[in-house]
Amino acid sequence: MRPSAKWTQLLILFLLIALLPLFFPSGYYFRVGALIFVNGLAVIGIVILTGYAGQISLGHAGFAGIGAYASALAPGHLGLHPLLAVVLGALVSAAVAWLVGRPILRLKGYYLAVASLGFGILVAMVLGNERALTGGPDGMAVPDPGLRDLLKDLGLKLTGGEFWYWCCGLCLLIGAWAALNLQASPTGRALRALHGSEVAARTVGIDVARLKLQAFTISAVYASVAGSLLAMQNRFITPDVAGFMHSIEMVTMAVLGGVGSVIGAIFGAVILTLLPQVLTVFADYEQMVLGAVMILVMIFLPEGLIPSLARKLRGRGE
Amino acid sequence: MSLLSVEGLGIAFGGVRAVHDVGLTVAPGEIVSIIGPNGAGKTTLFNMISGVYLPGAGRVRLDGEDVTGMAPHLLARRGLSRTFQNLQIFPAMSVLENAATGFHLRESGALMADLLALPGARRRSAGALAGARDLLARVGLDRAADREAGELSYGALKRLEIARALATAPRLLLLDEPAAGCNAVETEEIDRLIAGMAQSGIAILLVEHDMKLVMRISTHIVVLDHGEKIAEGDPATVSRNPDVIAAYLGAPVAEPEAAHADG
Repeated sequence: MRPSAKWTQLLILFLLIALLPLFFPSGYYFRVGALIFVNGLAVIGIVILTGYAGQISLGHAGFAGIGAYASALAPGHLGLHPLLAVVLGALVSAAVAWLVGRPILRLKGYYLAVASLGFGILVAMVLGNERALTGGPDGMAVPDPGLRDLLKDLGLKLTGGEFWYWCCGLCLLIGAWAALNLQASPTGRALRALHGSEVAARTVGIDVARLKLQAFTISAVYASVAGSLLAMQNRFITPDVAGFMHSIEMVTMAVLGGVGSVIGAIFGAVILTLLPQVLTVFADYEQMVLGAVMILVMIFLPEGLIPSLARKLRGRGE
Repeated sequence: MSLLSVEGLGIAFGGVRAVHDVGLTVAPGEIVSIIGPNGAGKTTLFNMISGVYLPGAGRVRLDGEDVTGMAPHLLARRGLSRTFQNLQIFPAMSVLENAATGFHLRESGALMADLLALPGARRRSAGALAGARDLLARVGLDRAADREAGELSYGALKRLEIARALATAPRLLLLDEPAAGCNAVETEEIDRLIAGMAQSGIAILLVEHDMKLVMRISTHIVVLDHGEKIAEGDPATVSRNPDVIAAYLGAPVAEPEAAHADG
């Protein structure tokens, strides 16, 4: 990828984040925007794991759960500042990803999918059963990081919705920047190489097992930070954040938008976060329409929305 | 002194002896060719030497070190690289990036530096791309550098694999049918390329069906049939060997010329 392509993508993303609020008719849209950014951040992790390295995980919500509950538990139990709790969550997620990844990344394709699925379910079960600590399925409150008050002291008054919109938007930009850096780097090339042919990657000296583990760990950190941000802005969290449906949602967003492309995957997050809100006009048939949209995209734009459309446009230009 | 020495190498798949008791040596600058009918075990032998298969018997030594069954990425670190009979390229990457992956050992570094695009990481990446461009020029693919690798012709991809293997700075290069699917002009280019690589001191082990090419450039030829070595020697000796002629034509032949070894 050319350096200019990286900055073009980041500029588009920045402009969308910065200018969209001008068209928001109410404060509610800031909340929707923040939710989109959180989903987008988690989905970038999937791009690194699945789009770059070609490995599948159906258990990444497990890491979102670790991040979310680190934000909920660490401030009260360990006396950590909520921001440090996010870092702690990311470190724990990375350590868990490394330990879990070592055995399961030996598996390929659907074997890996099922093994990672098992991991996600395990995390959700632990969070649901440790009632004394997590409040069980009823969930628990999450302390406010107090950043908004800090900004207020500096003279910048934001509503809760506005604050999290900008905070998550910034995190999404940073996450996209790092993922695009990685894509063009020697490590990113090695990841995409092992995706293309593991045996050929080995013969040029790529330690395939180690690189898969690195990709798995990085993507776990993305999911973890996304989980922490979600917990802090909602001020409340339940074990559903680590649930099976959340894992599936992440992968679906990435594949729908274009799993090989950072911008594409974020677009997938936009669509799948917004569609359910828009489709409420279909009332009982909402899920059906959502399913139909997904099937149609996969049939007619198999690389995902953004990469397929970009290819079609390029093809017409020639 | 030989760089690669293979002794008594063998492997069986479910009771079928695919390769049995094969030995050979390759010295720096030498081109050693392995020939034999389809199914003779040539690629299986390659896969054992390059660490893709674990040999059932025998030893592989690289520069004196026992590397039998060592993982391919560790062999690459010791200077062994290869190409594949059935192309193994990275189809979704550009031609340039494909070649640049060959610089992985020399140009990869800390993961964090790559994520943050630190100056060191950018320098390493640029170094790999510049080196890859030079190698693409060497195999005649510089004009295709920015195309997606999946779009290239079969013969071009064979050369791309050679460029990628060269990028690892190999001391020993295993080429599995580099001229397969190439037209006469392309074969001649491959011919020159291989001779040039050998001249620069790389030890080359070659599997090839194009007998003209093999007879012209080989220093030494090893003939396999049904997984066993039936003959070896310089091109002239091997082409006159009655066993070789029988293996290729399926029956003993009185006239040595009928071996068609140079046609």
